[in-house]
Amino acid sequence: MRATPKDETDMHVNRRSFLFASAAAAGGLLVSLYLDLSAAAPERNQAPPAKVYPPDAFVNIRPDGKIVITVNRLEVGQGAQTALPMILADELDADWSQVIAQLAPAGELYKDPVIGIQMIGGSCSIPNSFQQYRELGAKTRAMLIATAADRWGVPADQCRTKDSVVYGPGNRSARYAELAEDAARRPAPTVVQLKSASQFHLIGKPVRRLDSRAKCDGSQTFSLDLDLPGMLIALLARPPVFGGRVRGFDDREARNVSGVRDIFEIPLVTGSAVAVVADRFWAAKQARDRMKVDWDLSGIDHPDSLQLFAKYKEIAQMPGNIAVRLGDEHAIDQIPAADRIQAEYEFPYLAHAPMEPLNLTVRYERDRAEAWVPSQIATWEQAAIAEVLGLRPEKVTFHVLSAGGSFGRRGTTDSHFVREAAAIAQRLPGTPVKLIYTREDDMKSGYYRPMFVHRVEVGIGPDGMPIAWKHVIVGQSFVIGTGVIQEAILVKNGVDKLATEGTDDSPYTLPNMHLSVHHPKANVPTLSHRSVGYGHNSFVRETLVDELATRAKADPIAYRLKLLKPDAKKFRTSLTLLDQKSGWRHRLPRHHASGIACSEYNGTCVACAVEVSIENKRPRMHRATLAVDCGLAVNPLSIENQMQGGLVFGLTQLMANGAITLKDGRVEQSNFDRYAPPYMPDAPVSIDVHIVPSAEQPTGVGEPPVPVIAPAVVNALFRLTGKRYRSLPLTTV
Amino acid sequence: MLLRSRRTGSVFDQAAPNANRILRSVTVMLVAGGAGLLLMSSASPQARHGDRARTRTEGLAAWQQVYSVLTSPRCINCHTATNYPQQGDDRHRHFATVIRGPEGKGVAGLNCASCHQETNADSTGVPGGHNWHLAPLSMRWQDLNDEPLSSAAVCRAITDQSKNHNLDGPGLLKHHEEEALVRWAWQPGRRPDGTMRTLPPLTHEEFVAATRRWVEAGTPCPPGR
Amino acid sequence: MATYELNVNGQRKQVNVDPTTPLLWVLREELKLTGTKYGCGISACGACTVHVAGIATRSCVVPVSLIGDRPIVTIEGIGNDPVGRAVQDAWVEKDVVQCGYCQSGQIMSAVALLKTTARPTDANIEQSLGGNLCRCGTYVRIREAIKRASGQLT
Repeated sequence: MRATPKDETDMHVNRRSFLFASAAAAGGLLVSLYLDLSAAAPERNQAPPAKVYPPDAFVNIRPDGKIVITVNRLEVGQGAQTALPMILADELDADWSQVIAQLAPAGELYKDPVIGIQMIGGSCSIPNSFQQYRELGAKTRAMLIATAADRWGVPADQCRTKDSVVYGPGNRSARYAELAEDAARRPAPTVVQLKSASQFHLIGKPVRRLDSRAKCDGSQTFSLDLDLPGMLIALLARPPVFGGRVRGFDDREARNVSGVRDIFEIPLVTGSAVAVVADRFWAAKQARDRMKVDWDLSGIDHPDSLQLFAKYKEIAQMPGNIAVRLGDEHAIDQIPAADRIQAEYEFPYLAHAPMEPLNLTVRYERDRAEAWVPSQIATWEQAAIAEVLGLRPEKVTFHVLSAGGSFGRRGTTDSHFVREAAAIAQRLPGTPVKLIYTREDDMKSGYYRPMFVHRVEVGIGPDGMPIAWKHVIVGQSFVIGTGVIQEAILVKNGVDKLATEGTDDSPYTLPNMHLSVHHPKANVPTLSHRSVGYGHNSFVRETLVDELATRAKADPIAYRLKLLKPDAKKFRTSLTLLDQKSGWRHRLPRHHASGIACSEYNGTCVACAVEVSIENKRPRMHRATLAVDCGLAVNPLSIENQMQGGLVFGLTQLMANGAITLKDGRVEQSNFDRYAPPYMPDAPVSIDVHIVPSAEQPTGVGEPPVPVIAPAVVNALFRLTGKRYRSLPLTTV
Repeated sequence: MLLRSRRTGSVFDQAAPNANRILRSVTVMLVAGGAGLLLMSSASPQARHGDRARTRTEGLAAWQQVYSVLTSPRCINCHTATNYPQQGDDRHRHFATVIRGPEGKGVAGLNCASCHQETNADSTGVPGGHNWHLAPLSMRWQDLNDEPLSSAAVCRAITDQSKNHNLDGPGLLKHHEEEALVRWAWQPGRRPDGTMRTLPPLTHEEFVAATRRWVEAGTPCPPGR
Repeated sequence: MATYELNVNGQRKQVNVDPTTPLLWVLREELKLTGTKYGCGISACGACTVHVAGIATRSCVVPVSLIGDRPIVTIEGIGNDPVGRAVQDAWVEKDVVQCGYCQSGQIMSAVALLKTTARPTDANIEQSLGGNLCRCGTYVRIREAIKRASGQLT
């Protein structure tokens, strides 16, 4: 379905099939169709109109030779700010040392070309903009060549380019900087010739990040660093239970703090809060600490996570809305009890906890506004600010600033934090107001990865392979009822795909499979969290498959390879490569064991082997080997970084304090003292990454590694303790 | 590892058990001869210090009071057997993987002094005091499972001059009365949430008075492990 | 409000602030040195690490009133130090950063380590950097970069 880069010479080629391929790969943060829903109807024969991306909105070649490339993505660490310029610069034949990247403001042209809104999520920056940025580079190059060719009076096809120079016949040459102004006046071509893979000089090479130096010398500006003349700082006194409302407040002590400017109530998406505005962060914080707010907490649920787990386990006893019905749903009953595994799994709420807590700056004037936002979904957030302020979206100048991580937290469907900032700014016209969430605010503000209970029964055949798989999942949906365009695609028969991915698309041969789902409601806002449904589903799947392999006395990789469906190609390639690169697992010292797991995310497969021992009653990870199949490896260095980083991120749910819990409606963790993600001693000492060579369309890498490490570690622990670990976080070993 | 000795806790106890017995006999003779020495042996129920007489029973009772303070969180959190301090009234492991380091002051990049200054920082909730550091392992009052050691074991540890920086009875009293980090326990400052840290079960004055009574009794230790 | 004269990156700076203000916010808001970051406010993450009299210090919990005349070095100034420069170069060479928000603190802690231990072992690195949180998970590369910097310096 998807054309390989070698074959692409026309940007219209396979657009429709590409769209359908994307829709079919539904999963991840947001998947929708470009343009409108009617395009999803298979009966339609028309391809949607092709979007035009004028190069001058993306590439600016300055007279001094610097090439400024505009990136249509928020940079949160995933490296899009380097990879997309790389792709463009390669086709452009630009001198890479002269390339500078900048983040695009909110704008029509900067929308994701497949999804149709400006956003990051679903690890889709590369897959969805690979073609786009190649074309932009190729078009720009074509315009520069045409300009030079015209000047020299020679045919364009006698010109070559290299490192920001056009070379013509007879020793002629012209730098891009000399040609740029004239070239910009030419119309952009509608059809361009793209390079063949053998012509790439950046794509496929390990290229270091463009933003490294600035992030090492303190000069990189993050959203929290923004400083504007007259800027004020706002903190919110938030209700202790989600949806609580301000009944009244006493701000006399707070107003005594020097530097406080104003204190007033604002609405939240649910409930209300009190904004404390001051000229400095510390003044705002001192003032807020002195606030006495009378909260109305009546009429709202006060959730308790222990009670919720008990309730979910009860619900899991009954089948829910059907997600998968394959074969005979009673097949499991025919299998003798001795050949059945019954397992119940518990997964807690997880906080994203990016290093930079939520914050943004908004300035409101009567008929327009300006916002500076580390924005994960710029289109929606610009619209949300406009809505709060009673403006049209185009009246909101929306700058996108680099973010200190996100992992999904900055990408809400209700745009709550930008609405809060807009509401505050509205009360202080003409003044830029920076709304800051303290770490406590950030951690207690909700929008967690939902808690889940899984109840699984697996029936095993005489050959040791599973014959029947009966699975019930219980957990909140953050899509159902939101009315976003993606709801129609993600939710079918009352089942939110974001809760079932990893199970409903199992790569394993299961002749009889029954998956059903319950989506209870709870008064805890939930959200996508890096790797979304795969984070818990892959844990269940890979630990159960490990159990099957153990029973069959088979090597865990060999067993998986045998169990894989014939068309699970990337699982096969990544597991095979892992097998080749993890020979160390057969030569482990005493009291060390290895564990295997694999997972997919939006078209990328990752397989992992980890070496574990037990130290001070905790798992100690020595080495991890990862093999990844992500199609064409655009930047192998970046892929290695994301694999290593994502693996460490995936350890969070194994940490003893890796859970958000609630009691009487109140979140019990407020900072890294009680919600403790992995520090360096908790991570493997070494992580080696191996990429399956491929010329297929590139698929994303930000999320795929996250789900593999937790199951791999507990699979290793089984070999050391004889116990299976099905309840996270891992508090005892 | 914790040593199990059968020392009685007399301040005159030395490393060598034989010398111990000889000294004890000498002491008994001297006391019997009315020399008025400070010490008490297990054979003699009374000792003298100035005009005060302290029975062993009184001394042990005083010790229990001292022990109740030493094993309260404000003190015991830095008297660990492990390579980390504790914090909080629930005595959980100190966050951010802070560790002991070669001198009980943490390691480069993560020293105690990286956060703990010379005085409490109430506005940010970090306690502070002069020369903030962990008690040496010789002064551990917990086991490797973070459980407080018995009264007998702690008593032996703090009266062992080979382990306690050569402090005798008066030295211990002075330490309890004047040492900055000891006194800190009664002015432990505010937590990050603004609430005051809980104090030891006795006031500092009561603690010093109990120490004095215990020292006057010859720093007896309860029997047992 | 009180006036303090601080020694920051070799320069004398006067500030007029509430005495309880953590050094972090004085640096960021009064002196506009935003390279030092706010990650947690309770010294649990290390993003706020600076050097005070040569000791790696978590500036989010130290009120400015307790600093005195002890010299302060921030990420903006550490490049003037040969160890600082070597660490920054190693970080770039080894492509350590992802979002980068924690890295000022990581670098300042790494410099403190290398100034004490010129050839740190894996255990040294893990102990000294073990309190610096990175949600992007760059720890493996931080280890490699410290070893590289050590190699360049010794």
